[in-house]
Amino acid sequence: MTIENKAIYMDNSATTPIRKEVVEEMLPYITENFGNPSSIYEIGKISKHAIDKVRKKVANVLGAEESEIYFTSGGTESDNWAIKGIAFANRSKGKHIITSSIEHHAVLHTCAWLEGQGFEVTYLPVDKYGMVSSEELKKAIRDDTILISIMLANNEIGTIQPVDEIGKIAKENRIYFHTDAVQAIGHVPIDVKKMNIDLLSLSGHKFEGPKSCGALYIRKGTKIDPLLHGGAQERKRRAGTENVPAIVGLGKAIELATAEIEESNKTLLELRERLIKNLLIIPKTHLNGHPTQRLANNVNVTFEYIEGESLLLLLNAKRIFASTGSACNSSSLEPSHVLTACGVPHEIVHGSLRLSLGRINSKKDVDRVLEVLPEIVQKLRNMSPLTPKEYRTI
Amino acid sequence: MDYSLKVMDHFSNPRNMGSIEDSDGVGEVGNAKCGDIMKIYLKVEDNRIADVKFQTFGCGAAIASSSMATEMIKGKTLEEAWKLSNKAVAEALDGLPPIKMHCSMLAEEAIHEAINNYLKKKGLEPWTE
Repeated sequence: MTIENKAIYMDNSATTPIRKEVVEEMLPYITENFGNPSSIYEIGKISKHAIDKVRKKVANVLGAEESEIYFTSGGTESDNWAIKGIAFANRSKGKHIITSSIEHHAVLHTCAWLEGQGFEVTYLPVDKYGMVSSEELKKAIRDDTILISIMLANNEIGTIQPVDEIGKIAKENRIYFHTDAVQAIGHVPIDVKKMNIDLLSLSGHKFEGPKSCGALYIRKGTKIDPLLHGGAQERKRRAGTENVPAIVGLGKAIELATAEIEESNKTLLELRERLIKNLLIIPKTHLNGHPTQRLANNVNVTFEYIEGESLLLLLNAKRIFASTGSACNSSSLEPSHVLTACGVPHEIVHGSLRLSLGRINSKKDVDRVLEVLPEIVQKLRNMSPLTPKEYRTI
Repeated sequence: MDYSLKVMDHFSNPRNMGSIEDSDGVGEVGNAKCGDIMKIYLKVEDNRIADVKFQTFGCGAAIASSSMATEMIKGKTLEEAWKLSNKAVAEALDGLPPIKMHCSMLAEEAIHEAINNYLKKKGLEPWTE
């Protein structure tokens, strides 16, 4: 096997490897410091102290207070808690929720479930770049609107929403504003006070921390019901013994990711632009998402006439790991709701490819992808009955 | 997707891929909206499939099913080819994930379309079962 054939992981929006420094920080809490943070003896106190330290770190990163940070099992729980918790605690005030049509399923399916519970949900459309419009948002607001939930950055196409404006509108109308910032941490600087964010979801494994560990920021004074009932952990708001090693890992990971944000964005942006520029040379290839208002690590393109799962399998054979919005690659057999909402035609929505970059990727990786991809696209185009003659080589 | 080695083999090195310029029958099924289109070209001599080619837009299972199905009907009589079931194609591939069984169905349907296209050209009644 030649050196070029090392595995290239370009699916960092799906998950990331845990950083070495993070693992080292976690280890003592898996071995000797295993105490339950609710216990009063020494090793219990060590655990309690460790998670409170992380609480402070996360609060600093978000511009929040320590008492406003709650640890959860990840992005999905944080989204579920924020939306259901606000909905049920405020249902005497209203039953209307506003979200966007390109949210993560953790938000969309939660909203759909709430519709079955008597709530009403407006799904804001997006433009072709995946951008929500403030005007559309203002128009959607009703007297009984209790929550606006709009993501900070999209997981498929990387589009960054005008969260400042959305926060302002929410505040003016005295509506709670939740943002799913799962993809944004480590890429977009956040200040919950300045951005008027009332609730924010984040997830450790998206920024080189451990899986199944996240947090929800809840602004002080927010009326919210618990999602999990039980013990008195997390100031009686989130029951369940804390995942101490993972929380410790999340703390180290968020500290590193946000300290390096400028430097890392600069590197990622160069790689991203190199990928986009060269991929668009392939005929009948389109960029999905916003050309500039996008995460520094996100590339999403559509190749006409071919299907994404085939593309992923051929990339996998070359040891390049990526993802697609094709229906054939999903268990629901539905194509990406994000690309569909952006108006990508049904005929070509299946040919999308997401390459999400991370700290582990180099220029060499990018060049290897650029060397391999055109051949793969051509191979599949030669196979496809949709490909016009001029785009075939056999 | 959890594919068998056979599926991966036929996907990576598809047999009979391409088109036949002067084909005697062509069948196309599926649609781009669903993400699967299969097109089968037949060359018929003495009621036998002398040559067969396919073009497929779709996932690994769709491409592998096309490749396997064309292998299975090559040299067979039209009646034999007509009887090829999607189950037989899937079995020959050492199974398909349940969610991908429709891909083998597409192969069966494309062959039926192509045979009926040939019969129609010959001025014969299309077959229904």
